[in-house]
Amino acid sequence: MTVLLDVAEFSKLFPVGGVPGPIARLRRRFAGGPEKLPKVYAVDDVSFVINEGETVGLVGESGCGKSTLVRALTRLIDASDGSVKLGPRELSLTPSRDFARDPDRARIQMVFQDAGDSINPRFTAFDAIADPLRRLRKMRGKALTQRVETVASQCGLPLQFLSRFPHQLSGGQRARVGIARAIAVEPDLLVLDEPTAALDVSVQVIILQLLQRLKHEFGMSYLFVSHDLSVVRLLCDRVLVMYLGKIVESGPAAEVFAHPLHPYTQALVAAVPRLGENATERLRLTGEPMSPIDPDPKVCRFSGRCPRGTDACKTAMPALRRFGNRQVACHFAEEFLVQPKIAT
Amino acid sequence: MAHMTAVPALSVEGLTVEFRTRSGIVRALDNVSFSVEKGETIALVGESGSGKSVTAYAVMGILDPAGRVTAGRAMLGGLDLLSAKPSQLADVRGREIAMIFQNPRTALNPIRPVGRQIADVLIRHGNVPRNEAPAQAIEMLRAVGITDPVRRAKAYPFEMSGGMCQRVMIAIALAAKPSLLIADEPTTGLDVTTQAVIMDLVSDLARDLGMATIFITHDLALGGQRSARIVVMHAGHVVEDAPTKELFAHPRHPYTAELIAATPDAAASLDQLASIPGSLPDLRRADLPNCRYSERCPRKIDACVQPLPRPDPGATHIVACWNPLP
Repeated sequence: MTVLLDVAEFSKLFPVGGVPGPIARLRRRFAGGPEKLPKVYAVDDVSFVINEGETVGLVGESGCGKSTLVRALTRLIDASDGSVKLGPRELSLTPSRDFARDPDRARIQMVFQDAGDSINPRFTAFDAIADPLRRLRKMRGKALTQRVETVASQCGLPLQFLSRFPHQLSGGQRARVGIARAIAVEPDLLVLDEPTAALDVSVQVIILQLLQRLKHEFGMSYLFVSHDLSVVRLLCDRVLVMYLGKIVESGPAAEVFAHPLHPYTQALVAAVPRLGENATERLRLTGEPMSPIDPDPKVCRFSGRCPRGTDACKTAMPALRRFGNRQVACHFAEEFLVQPKIAT
Repeated sequence: MAHMTAVPALSVEGLTVEFRTRSGIVRALDNVSFSVEKGETIALVGESGSGKSVTAYAVMGILDPAGRVTAGRAMLGGLDLLSAKPSQLADVRGREIAMIFQNPRTALNPIRPVGRQIADVLIRHGNVPRNEAPAQAIEMLRAVGITDPVRRAKAYPFEMSGGMCQRVMIAIALAAKPSLLIADEPTTGLDVTTQAVIMDLVSDLARDLGMATIFITHDLALGGQRSARIVVMHAGHVVEDAPTKELFAHPRHPYTAELIAATPDAAASLDQLASIPGSLPDLRRADLPNCRYSERCPRKIDACVQPLPRPDPGATHIVACWNPLP
C-alpha cells in the first residue's frame, strides 16, 4: 500500500489568556526571559498515516482536538510543530495562506459538519459546486457547467436543484451539495467532519452509501471524523481514538470496536446505544476531562476519569505501544489483551 | 404541601395541532393519542418534522403563537391541560410536569448563576422558604452529580460544559419533584460518553421519584434503552405504539420496520442498511392522504385511502395501518 498522508509528531498549541499586543510583547522581551504564555495543547505529538484508498476514522469527544487536527491537516491553520507529508511533499512548510493558491490545494478537500452553515447562503447550489472549480481549476463557461452537472449527478443531486439556494434545499440535498463541492476538483484525500451528524437516520444511510460508492469510483482516501461509533464501524477500515490531544488507540475498526484495549475506548464503545439492548451494568465514565491548558507531561491525560488507573498513571505518561496491527497508549494494555473488559 | 392527590398519568387523546403560516395551514399533529402511567418511561420516536416536539409543547402549553390546538385532550389527573386557564397551567408547570429542553445552553438564563436558577424554582414551586433555597439548590446540584457544587452554584451557564448545563437543567426540572417529566432530546449535542451518564441520571432519578417520563428522541436505539414502551411518530401521526421489546422484535408498521432497518448499529455492513424512500409529505397540502405514510409505503394497498383504523381499546400493541406486517 502506498502512503498518501504521513503525519509525524504533529502538534498544535493555542496560547490562552489573551495574546499580548505588540507593546506588551516588547516590554516582556526587554524585561528579560522568553515569553511564556499558558497554552492549550489541542493536538499534542500525534503521528499516523493514511494509505491510498483507505478510510480512516477519527473519534473522540468534543474538545479532544479532532477538529483542530483536521483543520491543520487540510491546511486551514498552521501547525505548531511536526510534519505533514502528502506523498513526497512536505506541507507544513507552506503557510496556510499561501497554500490556498497552491496547486496541491485541490488534492485535500473537506466536507464540513453542517452543510447548511458551510455553504454561502447567497450562492446557489451551482455556484457552491462551481466555486472550487473556478478558483483551483480555472474552469469557465461550458466546461464548468458540464463539470458541475456531472459532479451533481454523481452525488445524486437532481439538476433542477442546481439553481436553488441552500435554504431551499432539504438537509440531505445540502449534504449532497457539500460533498459535490468537495469532490469536484478530484481530491486524493477527502476529510469528512461529521457529515451526517445533522441528518435523520433514513437520510444518513443514503449519504453514507453515497460516500462509499464515490470512494470506490474515484479511489479517494477518507478521513472520517465522527463521534457516532456505529457509523465509523461501518464506513472505516482503520480508526484513531483521540483523547485530549493524544491518540490513545488505533487499529482496524472492526477489531477496535469488538475488543477495545484502552479504557477510554472501552467506555466509548460501552456508551453507544444499541437496538433492543438494556443500558444497565455498563462501564461509565465519571468526572470531567482534565484541563488541556499546559497539562503535566508526566501524567496520563485520562487519569482521574479512568476506572483502571493507579498511581503509576500519575507519574508516567503511557506511550503509544504497538500490539500487532494495533496501537494503545495504556500501562495496562497487556492486561486488557488477556482479559477484554474492565469489570463494572 | 399543596400537592394534588395521586394524579400521575398523562393521557393524550386525539390531539390535533395546526400552525397558521403565510404559505398555508400546516397540519402538524393529527389525532395523536398515547398515555404514560405512573413511574413508567415511554419514548416518543420519530424523524425531524414528525411532531414529537410539537406534542410536548402542546402538552406543556408553550406552543408558538401561530400554533393552535384544534381538538383533543391531555388529561393530567382530572385536569385537561389543553383547556386549562393560564393561571392553572402556571401552577402545574414546574410542579407537576417539568420539561428538559434540547439545548441546555439556550434554555438556561445566561445572566443568572445556575444556583439561583434552581433556587427560583424551589421557591416558586417547591414550597421552600426563601432563605433555605440556596442551600437546597446546592444539594440539588450535588444530587445530579456536579462536583464541587458550592462553587458551581455561583457559575454562569457559559462557564460550564454542555454536559454540566444539562445536569443543571435536570436539577431545575426535578427541583419540585414533578410527577411527569418530558425530556425533549436531552442528549443531542452531547458526547456519547456524556449521553450515557445523563441518560443514567435521568432514569435513576425518575425511578427514585416514581416519575412518569416521556423521552423524546430521534434515535430509536437510545429511545429503546430505558423505556418500557415506544410510540413511533411519522408526519404528525402516531403510527405504532408497542412495548419496546415487542416493537424491536416484531415491528408491525412498515415505517417502524424501515426505521429499524436504517439504524446503523444493527447492520454488519453498509450495504445491509436499508434507506427509506421518499420524504415526509408536505403537511400544508390540502390533499394530504389519510395515511400520511402511504406515498412512501412499500406495502400500500387499496384500503389505505380510508381513514386510519381505530385501535382496539385496551390493545397493548397499536398500529395505525391497514396492511401491517404480520
